[in-house]
Amino acid sequence: MNYGPIIFLGIFLTIASSWLGLVLAPQIQFGRQQEIKIEETGEVYPPVRPGLAQQGMEIYKANGCIYCHTQQVRTEGYGADIARNWGQRRTVTRDYLHDKPVMLGTMRTGPDLTNIGVRQTSVLWHLQHLYDPQITSKGSIMPPFRFLFEKRKAGDKPSPDALALPKEFAPEAGFEIVPKQEAKVLVQYLLSLKANAPLPEAK
Amino acid sequence: MSATSPSILRALSPADSGDEVQQRALLAEIDASCRGTLMLFFGASVVWLLIGTAFALITSWKMHSPNFLADISWLAFGRVRPAHLNAVVLGFASEAAIGVTLWLMCRLGRVPLMHAWMVNIAGVFWNVGLAIGIGGILAGDSTGIEWLEIPGYASPLLFVTYALIAIWGIIAFRFRREKHLYVSQWYLLGALFWFPWLYSAAQILLIMEPVRGVVQAAVNWWFGHNVLGLWFTPIGIAAIYYFIPKVLGVPVYKYSLSVIGFWSLALFYNWNGMHHLVGGPLPAWLITVSIVASVMMTIPVITVGLNHHFTMWGHFHKLKDSPVLRFMVFGGMSYTVTSLHGILLALRSVSEVTHFTHSTIAHAHQGLYAFFVMVMFGAIYYIVPRIVQVEWPSARLIRIHFWATAIGIMLYIVPLTIGGTLQGFAMINPDVPFLDLNKYSVVTMTVPYLKMRSFSGFVILVGHLAFATSFVWIVARWIKAARRPQPAQIASHA
Repeated sequence: MNYGPIIFLGIFLTIASSWLGLVLAPQIQFGRQQEIKIEETGEVYPPVRPGLAQQGMEIYKANGCIYCHTQQVRTEGYGADIARNWGQRRTVTRDYLHDKPVMLGTMRTGPDLTNIGVRQTSVLWHLQHLYDPQITSKGSIMPPFRFLFEKRKAGDKPSPDALALPKEFAPEAGFEIVPKQEAKVLVQYLLSLKANAPLPEAK
Repeated sequence: MSATSPSILRALSPADSGDEVQQRALLAEIDASCRGTLMLFFGASVVWLLIGTAFALITSWKMHSPNFLADISWLAFGRVRPAHLNAVVLGFASEAAIGVTLWLMCRLGRVPLMHAWMVNIAGVFWNVGLAIGIGGILAGDSTGIEWLEIPGYASPLLFVTYALIAIWGIIAFRFRREKHLYVSQWYLLGALFWFPWLYSAAQILLIMEPVRGVVQAAVNWWFGHNVLGLWFTPIGIAAIYYFIPKVLGVPVYKYSLSVIGFWSLALFYNWNGMHHLVGGPLPAWLITVSIVASVMMTIPVITVGLNHHFTMWGHFHKLKDSPVLRFMVFGGMSYTVTSLHGILLALRSVSEVTHFTHSTIAHAHQGLYAFFVMVMFGAIYYIVPRIVQVEWPSARLIRIHFWATAIGIMLYIVPLTIGGTLQGFAMINPDVPFLDLNKYSVVTMTVPYLKMRSFSGFVILVGHLAFATSFVWIVARWIKAARRPQPAQIASHA
């Protein structure tokens, strides 16, 4: 193998092959997939995320939630995703049409979040959990995201936004904890995570 | 080189140096031409290694003690973790890789480093781009794409670097004096060409003009896996192919195995990426193709492993005397083990358990650290004294470095692989709760293993500090020697 051009050609062709197979082929197969109208409900799926939830996705992305949480449900009988109630069905390509970036994740230090908006619908639960996961999930190794909250001097009346906290997590008297905009939109994003529409291809 | 062609085995062996005196003078000239550029890359890589190790320890500690540094947004777990990855992968490992590649291309092509300005600019751009990029990640500007977290405002600088180095590689190759190609050069040419393609394709399709839906995931893992497969692995193998025969003074065991090993790697490795998405929402054919390609990797792994092993055969006692050899052989053996382990992990039945667990993290460190980084350490120990004409000041520091990193990484990999696998079995068993403080649960059972990982991190840190001390020390001696005018010595060019 002393002939440079042959080596170059080989090097070029090998990478070109996987580029065609693993990048171009999927793009041709489902790169232009469209929304679908669900027969049962008449809704168009997947819906476009509302503005606040979209901003929340930026917070999710910035703080690297992906490194501990996946957003994909494996099929029944392969792993225990469905048995653990992480979804009623497996996820399919169509579930992710509007995601930029798609945050499937590769690690489950914490549970899958594909359907967290179905499992936990309470804004208060999410805010408390973000402020300190020990409030809602004792023993969790998730870090607290207190920097998404503000500690303020309380006025005569607590502000309407003030976070209700159990006694051992509450700030000293005369102060209150108020979620910043980042925390609020992040919760909106989490509430928007739902992949439970009955899709024909996921049955 | 000469009109009378040497025998093929001689030409293939870096141990052969033909006409002694002339060769030594040429090697001295080549090494001198590499000096400034290589010390720029190696020096920066040492700095990034320390930064990356600090990020690693913070990340690891946070995993079992979530309140540690929790109130500083810049040091949130999900920011420090990608900062660690980018600092060690792009800062340390890639800069060391580029340094080693430049030197090997010059030595094997028998040409001094030409157009040094080009690679020097590349080195500066690289470090500036990376510093901005990692600062961006800590500030919350990550792209959210694994292995490509560097924000879009910094990545073009990195791309320019890749491109400049690839262009330099082609020039160095075109104007080489030694027309015979050694096996290391095939791998280096591959790496130099493959990586800019991968990086630019991924940048365009994921960050500049993102493709729709999970096609992004396909592009992401085509890229992510190939960073290891087509960038680090070929450079690591090229270095082992060069340094083991070089230190031993023997030719590579079998030419035919080298050829099979190279082409099967080129053919199969770049199809591996989708095994990171087993069970995911992509068409089954796509994932199956990658699993098949992963299994096919047995061919290059076993041929290269045998070739290196039989080159070492009968020389294992020399490990006692040569630190370079020790790092190389540790790296080479780790390559075989990590690759065979990786093939297992790609199988659907195994992946069902191990996917989404710490065992994957252990595997990544086995490939990147126990194989690649150890090989780079060995190469740096060989190259630096030759280019600066000063010996390493302390053999003891090198010993500490080797044993701390070798033992440290084993303490990392073995417990975390076991812990991760148990975590996987717990996760696929719906009767085991996900989180329960009073019962065996998926989250709580991992904690002892995570603490063990932090401990291993400190052991590795000791090794890195020994390495950094050696490096600073040799640089100090080099500067001192350079100030004192004296006739150049070429005695160490063996």
